[in-house]
Amino acid sequence: MPFLSVHDLSVQFATEDGIVKAVDGLSFDVERGRTLGIVGESGSGKSVTNLAVLGLHNPRNTAITGEIVLNGHELTGAPQRTLEKLRGNTMAMIFQDSLSALSPYYTVGRQIAEPFRKHTGASRKAARERAVEMLRRVGIPQPELRVDDYPHQFSGGMRQRAVIALALVCDPQLLIADEPTTALDVTVQAQILDLLKQLQQETGTAIIFITHDLGVVARICDDVLVMYAGRCVERGTVRDILTTPRHPYAWGLLSSVPRRKAPVDAPLRPIPGTPPSLLKPPTGCPFHPRCEFREYVGDTRCQDERPMLTLDSGRGAACHLPAEQQKSIFAEQIRPLLGRS
Amino acid sequence: MSEQLSLAKPALPSQRKGGPLLEVEGLTKHFPLRDGFLFKRQVGAVQAVDGVDFTIHEGEALGLVGESGCGKSTTGRLVTRLLEPTAGQILYQGHNITHTDRKHLAPIRSQIQMIFQDPYASLNPRQTVGTIITGPMEINHIQPPGGHEKRVRELLETVGLNPEHYNRFPHEFSGGQRQRIGIARALGMQPKLIIADEPVSALDVSIQAQVVNLLQKLQHELGIAFLFIAHDLAIVRHFSHRVAVMYLGKIMEIGNRTDIYETPRHPYTHALLSAAPEANPDDEQERIRLAGDVPSPINPPTGCRFRTRCWKAQQKCTTEEPPLLQIAGNNTGHLTACHYPQDPTTATP
Amino acid sequence: MLRFLVRRMLGAVVILLLISAITYLLFFTLPSDPALLSCGKNCSPQNVTLIHKNLGLDQPVPVQYGEYMAGILFGRHLPLGTCPAPCFGLSFAGNMPIWEIIKSRYPTTLSLAIGGAAAFLTIGVGLGLISAWRQGKPIDKIAGSVSLMGQSVQIYFIGPLAIYLFADTLGWTDPGHDPDWSHGPAGSISGLILPCLVMSVIFWSNYSRQTRSLMVEQLAEDHVRTARAKGMSAAYVFFRYALRGAMGPIVTIFGIDLGSILGGAIITESTFGLHGLGQLAVSAVTQTDLPLEMGVMLFSAAAIVLFNVLIDASYAVIDPRVRLS
Repeated sequence: MPFLSVHDLSVQFATEDGIVKAVDGLSFDVERGRTLGIVGESGSGKSVTNLAVLGLHNPRNTAITGEIVLNGHELTGAPQRTLEKLRGNTMAMIFQDSLSALSPYYTVGRQIAEPFRKHTGASRKAARERAVEMLRRVGIPQPELRVDDYPHQFSGGMRQRAVIALALVCDPQLLIADEPTTALDVTVQAQILDLLKQLQQETGTAIIFITHDLGVVARICDDVLVMYAGRCVERGTVRDILTTPRHPYAWGLLSSVPRRKAPVDAPLRPIPGTPPSLLKPPTGCPFHPRCEFREYVGDTRCQDERPMLTLDSGRGAACHLPAEQQKSIFAEQIRPLLGRS
Repeated sequence: MSEQLSLAKPALPSQRKGGPLLEVEGLTKHFPLRDGFLFKRQVGAVQAVDGVDFTIHEGEALGLVGESGCGKSTTGRLVTRLLEPTAGQILYQGHNITHTDRKHLAPIRSQIQMIFQDPYASLNPRQTVGTIITGPMEINHIQPPGGHEKRVRELLETVGLNPEHYNRFPHEFSGGQRQRIGIARALGMQPKLIIADEPVSALDVSIQAQVVNLLQKLQHELGIAFLFIAHDLAIVRHFSHRVAVMYLGKIMEIGNRTDIYETPRHPYTHALLSAAPEANPDDEQERIRLAGDVPSPINPPTGCRFRTRCWKAQQKCTTEEPPLLQIAGNNTGHLTACHYPQDPTTATP
Repeated sequence: MLRFLVRRMLGAVVILLLISAITYLLFFTLPSDPALLSCGKNCSPQNVTLIHKNLGLDQPVPVQYGEYMAGILFGRHLPLGTCPAPCFGLSFAGNMPIWEIIKSRYPTTLSLAIGGAAAFLTIGVGLGLISAWRQGKPIDKIAGSVSLMGQSVQIYFIGPLAIYLFADTLGWTDPGHDPDWSHGPAGSISGLILPCLVMSVIFWSNYSRQTRSLMVEQLAEDHVRTARAKGMSAAYVFFRYALRGAMGPIVTIFGIDLGSILGGAIITESTFGLHGLGQLAVSAVTQTDLPLEMGVMLFSAAAIVLFNVLIDASYAVIDPRVRLS
């Protein structure tokens, strides 16, 4: 049984302009010891999904339907008290911006010790020792001194490590990392990705890694879910998605990023147009207004009929293109742009 | 437009398209730190840029890469004289513009335009697109044939926006479209040099490619020279003829794109290249991992600034600062500041 | 940190010196001759010369100012008698040392300020917190409307109304009188309840609105979300994280308000017939008692400047980014 199982999740926000369908019928599983990458651009619903899993959405304007089952427990509609016992304990989250994610008013050590005391009932002294140990584990030099520093006294890379230490302090079995390296420099990003991988090997934590960077996906993820306009458009292993993607949106993501081994002067192949408004998502396939391959399907099927995601041993794409055609278009038109054999 | 080239088949970038357009020598910017009990006195300086030399030829794109705090953005601002240099020289078409006053700088400034990272912050929300693009033209007394409005509509079309959007306001556009407005504004001045400071890093991936392609098209068709400042190595490689790698206010290595990306000699360039992730699951090369963070530019390491994170550093690196030279094994124009460079035969990391 | 405070203190002293110099210049070099004002009707030229001499007005202005300032620090001998430090001179009316007059009025002002501040801080911040906690709920809307009403009324309107209702009709409390702490607290407190509460209305409505918006802003901060993601309860996060962030701006406006009411609350005092600094200032102005006006003004300015330094100091206590930079 998967550790986290999300089934037919929908998240809707009430705004002044109308209802935003941020997530629309999303299903996925995460296994222990594996990393699921959720890939998408801003507004694709990837962050919203994970706030819903943690129950951190604003209940005043958010409606959630579907099932979120963590280790056999249903989380949708669970009382806050139950969720508070799970948050920071069984499931934890790493946020993107480490400067704003930590309170400027308390020491780093105190902020790390706090959930440990709450969830394990440890004494103040034991929790402080635990905080020092966590800072050491994430590679902060002189942790017994730095534990009393405030976040603004840390550099960006160290702060991100502290945020990771905070998330891992209760040995969570599910870790949700929301763009944890996007604000960092590449050399520090590499350090943080190594650290997460190493910690996962030690603890067998299941990780959901949210990112828009397919390079990061290649380095850390086992499985990938590509989101577009609040829906999953493609799923598969990291090798599936990066070497034989089937959905035109996944092709676009791959071919719009320049890569070091590609021929230098080939222009990038961007995805035309702009991401859709979730107040009025397109009919049928949400990607059809930007899709260059919809004439291969013919008629107006892409506009009229929503393609379903059918999985064959964990692999599938929500696209009306026949499987054979997906393969041939990718092989003939997209792969040559990627500079790979 | 001198030469019309289609987007699909851009010209191969030549090493030298023309004479030197911008020459920068020993460019330095120290931001003073002041402290004191009653009266403030200078107690130190943030050495943001510390003795940088480079040349941009007409129609050439020079990429400037490095991690945050390396001084690449400050360099861009110094070149446009948005900041006053502490020392060094800036020559534009042979004229020394390092300390030229505003009045005499104006005609040169209109030829050097800037594109900023944040398309939201760099456009006045109360002005229409037409006003935004016309403004700098009027200030610099540029009278396009057929009038301002006609020219703006042309420019909007050039950057891939609907000319009918002349009277719209910035908030009605998406991030990528706003960046296009910023580009149109810069083009209105008929610049010879564009300083693009992280022009796509605030945009979504799919939109980044649109803007990069647009800039590349302008570069090829209009022969505009670029100083392309970015932290993303792949985009810099894609866009630039030559590349300079900065670290803590100094250029570590500079050379043609192929030299920098295929046979990098400086350990920092190596580390940077190997840290940048590729969207390829088979990209299982050996990776160099730099430990720690970039040191503070207030108190940079003695000798070679990279030595505190370098795995090849020796005693000499502490005492002696390596000059930026064409070291043995480098191609012409490929300069490296390192005492113990990587073997030139080492393949790309 | 200590350096920062000492620097701010020195700055405050410089500001006070400037204020004193400007007020001195304005008061004593204006065309109206203080001697004439002091002398009253039927003044003979000899009298005027005598008063000039007595008041030191025959000296050049900088010397006069220097003597005035020295008097504040060390006391001075005036022809009409000694005036111990701090000496703000003698009042025209009655030739009393001004410091004695201020001292006699101060218990009222201080009591009113402390009582009023306690009332507006608890009521205002409390209402704001309730509103923020129950955002969008009926209680939030009610508190919002009440605050808006509070902000639009005037003391001289609700003061008499409150006296009529709570003192005269219901007889719950005293209509307000000057406190006399030497005769035990009971009598003093009963006379202060109504003035303090009425004065607090115009302040707390501002505090409740500020507190609410600051808290709403803080609750949307990333670090508050992080705290929730750690499993901390909503109430814990509300008080420990969000309130902590909202405290700085609240303390700032509190310091400014407290400083200003410590310099006298003119309207409240006159509405309730209290004799504090505000009243004193009004009577000094109406009687053109220049030395008294000047003394009260300097004293009020000192209170405001002092509280500004205290605000800065409290910032360092609240925010480690200020303390450690």
